[in-house]
Amino acid sequence: MSDDTLLSARGLSLSYGALTALVDVDVDLWPGEMLAVVGESGSGKTTLLNVLSGRLTPDAGAVWYRDPSGHLHDVHAMPAPALRTLHRSDWGFVHQDPRQNLRMNVTAGGNVGERLMAQGARHYGNIREQALNWLTQVEIDADRIDDMPRTFSGGMLQRLQIARTLVTHPRLVFMDEPTGSLDVSVQARLLDLIRSLVTRLKIAAVLVTHDIGVARLLAHRIMVMQRGRVVETGLTDQVLDDPQHPYTQLLVSSVLHA
Amino acid sequence: MKGYNFAYLDEQTKRMIRRALLKAVAIPGHQVPFGSREMPLPYGWGTGGIQVTASVLGAEDVLKVIDQGADDTTNAVSIRRFFARTAGVRTTTHTADATVIQTRHRIPEQTLRDDQIIVYQVPQPEPLFRLEPSRIETRRMHALADYGLMHVKLYEDIARFGQISISYDYPVMVNHRHLMSPSPIPAFDNPKLHRMPALQLFGAGREKRIYAIPPWTEVRSLDFDDHPFRPIRAPHPCGLCGATDSYLDEVVIDDRGGRLFVCSDTDHCAERRAAGHVGSEGLKEAAE
Repeated sequence: MSDDTLLSARGLSLSYGALTALVDVDVDLWPGEMLAVVGESGSGKTTLLNVLSGRLTPDAGAVWYRDPSGHLHDVHAMPAPALRTLHRSDWGFVHQDPRQNLRMNVTAGGNVGERLMAQGARHYGNIREQALNWLTQVEIDADRIDDMPRTFSGGMLQRLQIARTLVTHPRLVFMDEPTGSLDVSVQARLLDLIRSLVTRLKIAAVLVTHDIGVARLLAHRIMVMQRGRVVETGLTDQVLDDPQHPYTQLLVSSVLHA
Repeated sequence: MKGYNFAYLDEQTKRMIRRALLKAVAIPGHQVPFGSREMPLPYGWGTGGIQVTASVLGAEDVLKVIDQGADDTTNAVSIRRFFARTAGVRTTTHTADATVIQTRHRIPEQTLRDDQIIVYQVPQPEPLFRLEPSRIETRRMHALADYGLMHVKLYEDIARFGQISISYDYPVMVNHRHLMSPSPIPAFDNPKLHRMPALQLFGAGREKRIYAIPPWTEVRSLDFDDHPFRPIRAPHPCGLCGATDSYLDEVVIDDRGGRLFVCSDTDHCAERRAAGHVGSEGLKEAAE
């Protein structure tokens, strides 16, 4: 582990009873870097994301996070209030299904403002201004600010979730198949949006996806997982253009080229 | 009364409730679970308040019971008579004479003293219950002081109605730490919670929770810097005593749209009239 990683994990292992989900996984993430985790369903990608973000405790291994002042924190040894604070300020989590993260009976503006208010923002005008600003950034019409999320389309919901997550300027965002449930044209626009936001705000991200195309478009580095093990890791283009492991070769060759 | 323990509850139950009360006073605004007993009145009529009152009542105490500010409504009359019969304590309608005041939906207009206890009847102790359905989650939110959600509710009110539209049971922060429901008192009464000299005890019988505000504790109503908390009062003087600073009830007096605004605190109104204050209705009677 070098001294400038944002997030490091060593020897992560986790099994659900007889089912092994993670075997001896190491992860390093540097500030501003986008790391894609690819693999088929059931390969342990989402479990890895949950362990990295402190939502699941591993059977073995540890995850360290470096805060803005340079101190290292063992994510799973942190007290619950500290982890909660981290999750609503420095970190963000984007779910595949935006309904898991959004409050469906609260207006778009309230959804975006919640993290600000949880951090102690107590000026209505400022909260609203920031909410408007973020809705514009994710290409949602400003006059939809007082509409309920249930009147939004799938793509809009996903963009709203991204606005809600990024409003506190997190340094690290965990994304679980952010484009998974969207049709292809909406996916393309969303990927474009994520790429520009992440680059402009210098956000580091761990992106879980089963879609090699998404990984190629967004990620700097890629990790290929199979049955809980990391079988190949490296720069995205390098891994995808010259796959070494048989499983990666299979994965790359099975993508249809339009 | 023969066949009953002093103040109806047995001593073991009172002991259990007093322990919960001590814990509640030690952590202002924190909801303490207790083993709520079945009482000889239905849930929602003050089973929580009556158990707390029974546990703090002594033979020398003077009890006042109010319901929506009034001493003469069914709930107030029957609870007052219940303790007069089961504990033999003196009862009163005068705020100044009482040592224990059990209340539903109001705080008396007259400032309470440090030798008085006020007991609130609480239907729903959890201020977050309409916003977060899971009790496990709300308990965690209280533990971590994670109250952003309550402000989301206030934000939604302003976005929709231009102002915070909560007129009763207005959420408060107690001692800069716990979010608390003040029971369904009007928002008008919220400022009286702040640094009150009297001990404030809250009992929720159905929900089996007790909480408290010790004397002189900071109690702040939630608001935004640019939308400060405003206590709301009907813009009329009392029709009977002419008071312009008390909380008013609107009374329909005929079937031609006639309305009368009178003090909701009947004792306060009666004392003002005894002191010679007259409202518009009193003047009309004098003219006839």
